[in-house]
Amino acid sequence: MKALPPLTAHPYRLTTALLVIALVLSVLVGSVFIPPIEVWRALVGAAPAASEAFSTILFSLRLPRTALMALVGACLAGSGTAYQGLFRNPLADPYLIGVASGAGLAAVLAMGVRGLFSATSLFFVPLAAFTGGLLTVLAVYLLARVGKTVPTTNLILAGVAVSSFTTALTSFLMLQATGELRRALVWMLGGSTLSGWQPVLALLPYAVVGLGALLTSGYSLNVLQFGDEQAAQMGLPVTRVRVFVIAAASLCAAAAVAFAGVIGFVGLIVPHLARLVWGGDYRRLLPISILSGAALLLLADVLARVLLAPQELPVGVITALAGAPFFLWVLRRSRQQNYW
Amino acid sequence: MLRVENLTVAYGSRVALREVSFDLPDGRLMAIIGPNGAGKSTLIRALSGVLAPRSGRILVDGQDLASIPSMERARRIAVVPQARQLPPAFTAWEVVLMGRTPHLNWFGQTSARDEELARQAMERTNTLHLAERRVGELSGGEQQRLLLARALTQSAPLLLLDEPTTHLDLQHQLALLGQVRGLVHENGTARRTALTVLHDLNLVARYADLVALLVDGRLAACGTPAEVLTPERLSEAYQVPLRVLTPAPGGTPIIVPSSFGQD
Repeated sequence: MKALPPLTAHPYRLTTALLVIALVLSVLVGSVFIPPIEVWRALVGAAPAASEAFSTILFSLRLPRTALMALVGACLAGSGTAYQGLFRNPLADPYLIGVASGAGLAAVLAMGVRGLFSATSLFFVPLAAFTGGLLTVLAVYLLARVGKTVPTTNLILAGVAVSSFTTALTSFLMLQATGELRRALVWMLGGSTLSGWQPVLALLPYAVVGLGALLTSGYSLNVLQFGDEQAAQMGLPVTRVRVFVIAAASLCAAAAVAFAGVIGFVGLIVPHLARLVWGGDYRRLLPISILSGAALLLLADVLARVLLAPQELPVGVITALAGAPFFLWVLRRSRQQNYW
Repeated sequence: MLRVENLTVAYGSRVALREVSFDLPDGRLMAIIGPNGAGKSTLIRALSGVLAPRSGRILVDGQDLASIPSMERARRIAVVPQARQLPPAFTAWEVVLMGRTPHLNWFGQTSARDEELARQAMERTNTLHLAERRVGELSGGEQQRLLLARALTQSAPLLLLDEPTTHLDLQHQLALLGQVRGLVHENGTARRTALTVLHDLNLVARYADLVALLVDGRLAACGTPAEVLTPERLSEAYQVPLRVLTPAPGGTPIIVPSSFGQD
């Protein structure tokens, strides 16, 4: 009998399988368990009257939430991978370098002006978040830069400082606010209070454009790993690549923040695990991270729904509880080992 | 042909190269020598196009380097940088194949011909057996040879090398310079013109066709080894009394500090 190839031999099969499992769990599991047979009946339209409640939960809650979480996870992991490649730094992640909190602040401001869940806010909030995210990444980069490199410590320090500042501003706004804006506090913790198909449809174009652009830039990120100077000597238009990738990654990160609040660590953990298992080629790393990011956030969201059921935890709490220890492990590891 | 006209390069207010002019004809190996801080690496960076001149011009086959876009530039000029901080997660093969970057599209798709060129370059630099290894596991000398393979894969007629022998033992120093010299004196499409920073004056005397001596950012001398490697010039440039010995008539001279063999 032929020996089975190791699981790692087929990165796309493995991550796709993981994503399918996560999607199924996310549809079935929650404060109310929907039996698979009911899902099937509802989907093919053969629903008898008894399962009308299931059908409602499925179409107006579970399916849109699953779609939203999958897109948000993909965006966070994709942007994390791109930031890590861009800064040549294993600890870059939309949360740690402050992009997410910058986007969050801008989003809250936009909500204050437009109203949290009004129809126009679905259009304006992501735009504001994108602008806020870009401005933040620029500020952090300029603060952390030494000559042409961005040392890890500087990046993290600048990221922490900038995100503390923007988070403080956000908190201040929250305390001043009443009514509708107070609900934004829950949203900022990554509570995914948005429901229904509207946010999914509003997020979709941002995710498609941002992730699509990132997926094309794998080779350029590979060449960039030699540093700006060598990359330029190898013929890479370095500035153009940097601007392109920063814009695409910030679009993804901002879209995720605008529709799901600040969800930390997904953008850090996923690219790391993928790199550990499948090596540093960004042409492979980006699609693998995007698929696994969607799967991971879906699983975290399932946990958030069932741990204290019927009460729901913000999914950002789950990712932070699991992610913070992981972050410390990466920090230790990147000092001991030279695999990055 | 490479022509440098009144090249002045500065980092902020610190002038690193001052009014440097020389010609490098095709099919020659030129060594850049000079004491530390003389501007040798700066010259390589300026010639590779990543450092803009403050004044003066660099002409590649008559065309101003500043007007050549980065991809086209990399098809004409390849650089062998000092081996340090290569991304350790890539395999040797991936690194060499990335030398094809200026010939590839945005997605970096490689053809059978690209792979064949990479394979030839690795064969030539004696690195083919390292192909599967990750760069982080390789020694400094192996990385240096890999960088030469990458530069050869770039298929650029002009090769710039920044202290390529620093991490190499004696055997590999001779092998690497022998390979570069072989490329320069070859006939046909593989022929290169090379400009290399070297510290070891005896290797310069042995391998270079032309020598440029930089002192304090200025070109102190430029010509054949016999013209430039004189005891007077070198002693003044390096601030150490030096002797040039010729063991056999017409043979390669040996340069040693005057104090050697005196006691």
